[in-house]
Amino acid sequence: MSSALSIRDMVVTYEDFAALDHVSFDIASGESFGIVGESGSGKSTLLRAIAGLAAFEKGTLSVNGKAYSGSRRDKQFYRTVQMVFQDPYGSLHPRQTVDRLLLEPLVIHGFTDIETRINRALDEVGLGSGFRFRYSHQLSGGQRQRIAIARALILEPKILLLDEPTSALDASIQAEILNLLEQARRDRNLTFVMVSHDLGVISHMCERLAVMKSGKVVETVAVEALEKREFSADYTRRLLVASEGFRRA
Amino acid sequence: MSNGSFGPLLTVDDLRVTFPTRTGEVQAVRGVSFTLGKERLGIVGESGSGKSQTGRAIMGLTPGHAKITAKTLAFRGRDLLGMPARERRDLRGKQVAMILQDPKYSLNPVMPIGRQIVETLKTHEKISSSEAKKRALAMLEAVQIRDPERVFSLYPHEVSGGMGQRVMIAMMLICGPELLIADEPTSALDVTVQLEVLDILDKLVSERGMGLIFISHDLRLVSSFCDRVLVMYAGRVVEELASADLSKAQHPYTRGLLNCLPTIGSDRHPLPVLDRKPEWAL
Repeated sequence: MSSALSIRDMVVTYEDFAALDHVSFDIASGESFGIVGESGSGKSTLLRAIAGLAAFEKGTLSVNGKAYSGSRRDKQFYRTVQMVFQDPYGSLHPRQTVDRLLLEPLVIHGFTDIETRINRALDEVGLGSGFRFRYSHQLSGGQRQRIAIARALILEPKILLLDEPTSALDASIQAEILNLLEQARRDRNLTFVMVSHDLGVISHMCERLAVMKSGKVVETVAVEALEKREFSADYTRRLLVASEGFRRA
Repeated sequence: MSNGSFGPLLTVDDLRVTFPTRTGEVQAVRGVSFTLGKERLGIVGESGSGKSQTGRAIMGLTPGHAKITAKTLAFRGRDLLGMPARERRDLRGKQVAMILQDPKYSLNPVMPIGRQIVETLKTHEKISSSEAKKRALAMLEAVQIRDPERVFSLYPHEVSGGMGQRVMIAMMLICGPELLIADEPTSALDVTVQLEVLDILDKLVSERGMGLIFISHDLRLVSSFCDRVLVMYAGRVVEELASADLSKAQHPYTRGLLNCLPTIGSDRHPLPVLDRKPEWAL
């Protein structure tokens, strides 16, 4: 399999703080790759560095064989890579209708069949054209996240960066959004890079995962290995224990 | 559960909380009833289920424009709704305390941690400053803060989320409340820190013999922590369960909530989703 995304020794520093400290991994085309870690572990910084929202100082990033550096990304990059953010309340423009939100990426990238694409995108995320002229405050949290996914998918990217896409949602809505993402991945043969603090979500959605701590990748394991508890890092074990809930000593 | 001659710690009968809005009245809590002894009670529900408003109504923190009614809302037999505001204030913080979700917002950002704890103590007890400081330090130690002297003089922004929540617990427990309401006390914390904080909370609650109301969206967490769980949906309690009987839940909403969580080692694609029935909200 060819690698869709390849990162070597990526370093991001904020003043003297190393947010990412020589991170390397390869993600195959069509793979779903998870990144778990606690706050401050650098997992979100990693996605932001890939997307060009945070500049990396050292290391290399290549997407489908094409190299990128720092925070400069061309239009072709955003046709290939799109991102869905954690907080659907913060990631949608409050004064734009859903129509405007979906229109913008299409115009930027010079699409012409706008009408059909917007309708199709709304259908695909299960909302229908009745939602087209609403503002984001007229939507529930789950509906907003569906719009954010529609906006990411409307350019037909190959790689989706998902930064805690369901952690702001209720459990029952989380299940719906995860199902929607899986469906989209199957239909479009997408590559996922998914960040979450929830091992349950990652093991449900991904085939392989990296465990991050203090800006470093502690360990990369297959999800089956996690289920069989075949891993070496103590930190991975602690995360796994924590995900099983409270136990009275 | 008996409590000597006092009867139950808390009696809630037909509690209703109504908010006026431009489009008419919205009932956030619609007839919740339960009694609480010295036990750990969990209240679980999704956003908008009324679980937090139930906790706030007991604590007396409902916004002024909202209307609260109940057949009974009594703490140790004393009517909470009818009592003068001054009496309610004395009760709040002294006998009934509340821990909120995020220490970043619930601690005073411009006052050192130690002073905030001393302030709580001095509001409710006649106590000298040096004695108050001694008790505050002892309390910080009880929530397993290693260097209480240092943390005493820090501002809230100088400590981590887990540490902040321990400070919050210390501040709430220092007057020895009989009832503690914890509203999502660990939801803002990292998973590994969550367990440490829950551990501390658990020990203090059982050592000091408090009643606890634990409010959360996380059904599994609540049932692993509490003796009994109320499941709320659309302002009502749809099911009451002993924590051990979680797997025997009858109501389709409770079962749906349990089912829709992705877990390690289960291979369910797609995940079962909740099919919300309008009659649940009746």
